[in-house]
Amino acid sequence: MTLSPVQQELAIAVVKVLVLFNALLGLFSVMTWAERRLLAFMQFRLGPNRTGPVGILQPVADGIKLFFKEELIPAGANKWVFVAAPALAIFTAFLSIAVVPYGGTVTLPRGGLFAFLPDWLEGREIQLQIADLDVGLLFIFAISSLGVYGIVLAGWAAGNKYTLLGGLRSSAQMFSYELALGLSWVGVILLAGSFRIGDIVSAQAGGFWHWNFVQQVVGFAVYLVAATAEVNRTPFDLPEAETELVAGFHTEYSSMRFALLQMAEYVNMITVAAVGANLFFGGWLSPVPFLPDSPLWFFAKMFAALFFFIWLRGTLPRLRYDQLMAFGWKVLVPLATLNILVTAAVVAFRPFAR
Amino acid sequence: MITVVLFYVFAALAVASALVVVGQRNPVYSAFGLIVTLCSMAAIFGLLGSPFIAALQVVVYAGAIMVLFLFVLMLLGVKSEDRTSGSTLKAVATALALALGLEMGVVLLGAVRPPTAPFDASTRAVAQVLFSPPYLYAFEATSILILAALVGSIVLARRDA
Repeated sequence: MTLSPVQQELAIAVVKVLVLFNALLGLFSVMTWAERRLLAFMQFRLGPNRTGPVGILQPVADGIKLFFKEELIPAGANKWVFVAAPALAIFTAFLSIAVVPYGGTVTLPRGGLFAFLPDWLEGREIQLQIADLDVGLLFIFAISSLGVYGIVLAGWAAGNKYTLLGGLRSSAQMFSYELALGLSWVGVILLAGSFRIGDIVSAQAGGFWHWNFVQQVVGFAVYLVAATAEVNRTPFDLPEAETELVAGFHTEYSSMRFALLQMAEYVNMITVAAVGANLFFGGWLSPVPFLPDSPLWFFAKMFAALFFFIWLRGTLPRLRYDQLMAFGWKVLVPLATLNILVTAAVVAFRPFAR
Repeated sequence: MITVVLFYVFAALAVASALVVVGQRNPVYSAFGLIVTLCSMAAIFGLLGSPFIAALQVVVYAGAIMVLFLFVLMLLGVKSEDRTSGSTLKAVATALALALGLEMGVVLLGAVRPPTAPFDASTRAVAQVLFSPPYLYAFEATSILILAALVGSIVLARRDA
């Protein structure tokens, strides 16, 4: 079978999409288990440990349970929007991770164990990223700003005052912190001179002291807080504050639609962790010059970030709503703007310093 | 080839969702339609070779502004618009719409298609045009205008404080 070059590219892209999609689904289910176990350990409990060795099969049991639960649509709900909202949430969540690179390029080996590969694949360079966009970061920003709709519409469509309040809270929160999130990226973009995430990673080459979290320490701090708020994690999980809002925007959801909303939340968390690892911790670059660069570094950094999110949840109490808004607008946004000013000045005057 | 097909898909989507915006009586559906219109426009910008403008279109209009629209709609709890029957405004609006449609038809049919010169719509090119005279003045003036509007709205909203 011979394929034209366009078809070859297409085939590679489809395989990459399938692999990443399934990897994310797997990672999501492992994350639900890891989060419960780790939180339990932090609180001197055991967590789910009965299903399979150390409870690792718990996500499977949860999945089966959710599949067989009744799928409720409240009588007062707007049926179409109620069904569409979780789909929208999961769609935007998966779309934005498409532009995140998880490694440089790999060259497929020839012959030997890999002799089963078709000729055109042997010795071919594969980029470890689905779409290498010129405006990668802006794309993530655009898609995540659309991601708000999934939550807002979910809260509105259920026709319940608690869900509506949860949805409104989250739209205000995500809207406010998105601004700080975007501004925290600008310093990094200025230093690399590109929106392309791959370029930003290569601009950090040469050991961990060249990574952006050193030069862009303010930007990194703002990103950390804003990203936590953007994915509605503790201490910013006000949209689903159970003591005030039952369970926020997903109160009325059950069965697989509930699972979809949860999945969207975890995939967003994974995206934020992956973007953070790329922008501030050098992505797949190795921390010291004598070790080779590898996607493994990227995954190590991403998992460290995910662990950090869980750790945060086990440590911090939830903020009050007015504190959250005041902090976002009066502390984070000015701080990020200041960071941009200073970084821009440094970048502009650097040529004259020599 | 693929570009042409995609263009027509997104163009049709933009027109159809724009019809939803004006034709729907549920304001939340209308807002939803507007979001789809704006996203299709962004896709068309992308097809024209300017991913930067496409991304901005989604971030600013579909993302930021429409969230505020939805916010207000949900807080007001508008269920559906009232249907008016035969007001004078309706007659005037119909006449104006017909005139506008006629005008558009005449212009479109009589238009000479200009030869498409190759142009650079990359982020760098857009930034260079935007941040150099003469557009620089308009750009800065707009940003001051927006700042003034921002301060003005805060002053008006917080008159009691």
